[in-house]
Amino acid sequence: MAGAGAARNTPSGWQNPLRDKRDKRLPRIAGPCGVVIFGVTGDLARRKLMPAIYDLANRGLLPATFALVGFARRDWADEDFADVVYQAVKEHARTPFRQVVWDRLASGFRFVTGTFDDDEAFARLAQTLEELDAERGTGGNHAFYLSIPPGAFPVVCEKLHSTGLARPRDGRWSRVVIEKPFGHDLTSAVELNSVVNSVFPEESVFRIDHYLGKETVQNILALRFANQLFDPIWNAHYVDHVQITMAEDIGLGGRAGYYDGIGAARDVIQNHLLQLLALTAMEEPVSFSPAELQAEKIKVLSATRLAQPLDETTSRGQYAAGWQGGERVVGLLDEEGFAHDSRTETFAAITLEVDTRRWAGVPFYLRTGKRLGRRVTEIALVFKRAPHLPFDDTMTDELGKNALVIRVQPDEGITLRFGSKVPGHLMEVRDVNMDFSYGSTFSEDSPEAYERLILDVLLGEPSLFPVNAEVELSWEILDPVLENWAEHGKPEPYVAGSWGPQSAFEMLERSGREWRRP
Amino acid sequence: MIIELPNTTTTAINKKLNAIREQVGAATTGRVLTLIIALETDALLDESIAAANIASQEHPSRVIAVVSGDAEGGDSRLDAEVRMFGDAGASEVVVLRLHGPLAGHADAVVVPFLLPDIPVVAWWPDVAPASPATDPLGALALRRITDATNAPDPRAAINSRRDGYTAGDTDLSWSRITYWRALLASALDQPPYEPIRSAVVSGLATEPALDILAGWLASRIDGPVRRAVGELKIELLRDTETVSLSRPQDGVTATLRRTEKPDALVPLPRRVTAECLAEDLRRLDPDAVYGAALTGLEEVEYL
Repeated sequence: MAGAGAARNTPSGWQNPLRDKRDKRLPRIAGPCGVVIFGVTGDLARRKLMPAIYDLANRGLLPATFALVGFARRDWADEDFADVVYQAVKEHARTPFRQVVWDRLASGFRFVTGTFDDDEAFARLAQTLEELDAERGTGGNHAFYLSIPPGAFPVVCEKLHSTGLARPRDGRWSRVVIEKPFGHDLTSAVELNSVVNSVFPEESVFRIDHYLGKETVQNILALRFANQLFDPIWNAHYVDHVQITMAEDIGLGGRAGYYDGIGAARDVIQNHLLQLLALTAMEEPVSFSPAELQAEKIKVLSATRLAQPLDETTSRGQYAAGWQGGERVVGLLDEEGFAHDSRTETFAAITLEVDTRRWAGVPFYLRTGKRLGRRVTEIALVFKRAPHLPFDDTMTDELGKNALVIRVQPDEGITLRFGSKVPGHLMEVRDVNMDFSYGSTFSEDSPEAYERLILDVLLGEPSLFPVNAEVELSWEILDPVLENWAEHGKPEPYVAGSWGPQSAFEMLERSGREWRRP
Repeated sequence: MIIELPNTTTTAINKKLNAIREQVGAATTGRVLTLIIALETDALLDESIAAANIASQEHPSRVIAVVSGDAEGGDSRLDAEVRMFGDAGASEVVVLRLHGPLAGHADAVVVPFLLPDIPVVAWWPDVAPASPATDPLGALALRRITDATNAPDPRAAINSRRDGYTAGDTDLSWSRITYWRALLASALDQPPYEPIRSAVVSGLATEPALDILAGWLASRIDGPVRRAVGELKIELLRDTETVSLSRPQDGVTATLRRTEKPDALVPLPRRVTAECLAEDLRRLDPDAVYGAALTGLEEVEYL
């Protein structure tokens, strides 16, 4: 996967004499560049982006010439902006604070005041970037991080285009980073893509799905394709069904502006869960180059469709008041900013079928929700029962189905669940767990997803970013459910702190299955 | 928790380890490697264990420190010390002191403590055998780490590594300059795309990291590489520009200077032993680039 970024702009025949494929110690440091964050006052910028940039600097992976430019409406001077970043880093950075690193990094901070439709502000931005190229040596390479509502994309893209920032001169690059939601249905996604692509060519567009930057998610590929042990059973002959869960314990207080009218399916299933499904179900790519990985993901997504009838294979819910752990919490309808008759779902579950030889007949159950029992994301492959058990029923009363669980977060790792004899003179089989924990086997502090992804943007490595086609295929899969839900009924209430509405449980019971308690 | 076990046997130590683990329900299955620290005296013992403990945050390991001092005189005796939990970071530490004739058989004492399947790494914090791979302790290990920095004559030590080199050897002076190498390499990722005609590496005479850096450059470029004694500075000379990376001897900020470009300041403090060790434990496959750098040392011109 390495090499593409640096190689892109170099004349053919040039080989850096100090680089050697076998030299695995040598970290790849991004070349001279600057990052411009639009929406720098937002929650994401403060909690994730700024700390990730500091962590990268602390690990020595940013160039000495790195510059960070904030763009927002606030009337800030460069120092005020530096203060904001300082607070964010102090509070959220993963690696320890080192003054010397901070001083070097902070000397490259600039702030530009303006609104997204202000020509003058963009002219100032262009000038600031030019000055940075001269003073600091950012080399005319810029990444524009749009941490803003998608409604503002067209105007910002247009301004970047008209100021010439989107079209770099020869030997320089300009990249744009966008965050979910990538539209709210297929039509709007296509529209959004065409707006962005009219200014930035597809290879300069980086869509961040931070789940794909997680070590455990990348480990799905290692688990599946580096081992002989799992591949033979990774198919419909042995797998009964697959459950992909992303549960959150937090509610939506204060997030009405973003969430109302969007709902859990659009917010999580369309991107994170369908990407996890693609990685779990795809065939082996012929190589690990970004293009080959994307080809396999696109193939499997294009073979994925909803199980029918939708009224029986999907479920949606809305949290009601209840006790979340030790705390009394209100229901969604009483959260500030939500309408008292809001039909926005906070829990969504769907059933998918993957029409390939490998997966025919294996349902994939995807669920996500707010205010569920605890914060957890996992992929569980539940296996069929052994075709014949040479034991009496009484001996296997406590034996469930074997399962392989990939724990994405928290407590990253893999659990293998199988039956074992209970010690004693009776033959009695009970489920036990065999456990691999990432944290205790490897580095205590594996990098945050955003660190990995931002560095990949600066290096120009597109491997972990979903492309246009994946986004549109995901909407194509999900759209019928959204339409069906919009047409009739409303979300079923569930008690905060539980594992979702009754209909979610019924959805699996119809085929004699049940949700794992994750 | 530190438990002293004077005049003991390997069986008794293993029993003690198991008993402690059972008491608190801890397991050894999360361990990723066994690290043998080979010492002749106690001088660097605590410092080395401390470094291993810090590195163990990243690589949970069983650490076996073997002090085989006085082979002369007296009867064979094994004194041990078990450190766990607070006193051992994310690892468990067994210190073995070998006396009398036993001091010549450190490998036999260590074998019962190697965990099944997982890799073994041997580390000599100061004095290292001429050929680490054929040393009895080194023969148990997949990866052998020496440290020329603490040798009586660092330059002679790093130069002597070449003759005893076997794939799987590395030296901590090599990991000490990884970021220096990375900065130089990424400077060359940028235009102008010109070959390096010659290079100068200067710094303290007692810093073997600079010798191995010079050896690395010599192995990578067609042109003379000179090693000077003086200010801390690396210079790469090309047709139209010079790339230089320099730092005050005790400073933490280095300056990357290129012809006709603004100076860039980079945080670049000297790496401590624990950091170097953690990096070395990250990869357990042979480091061929280090081997080439040792060979390159032959071509370095000393000024």
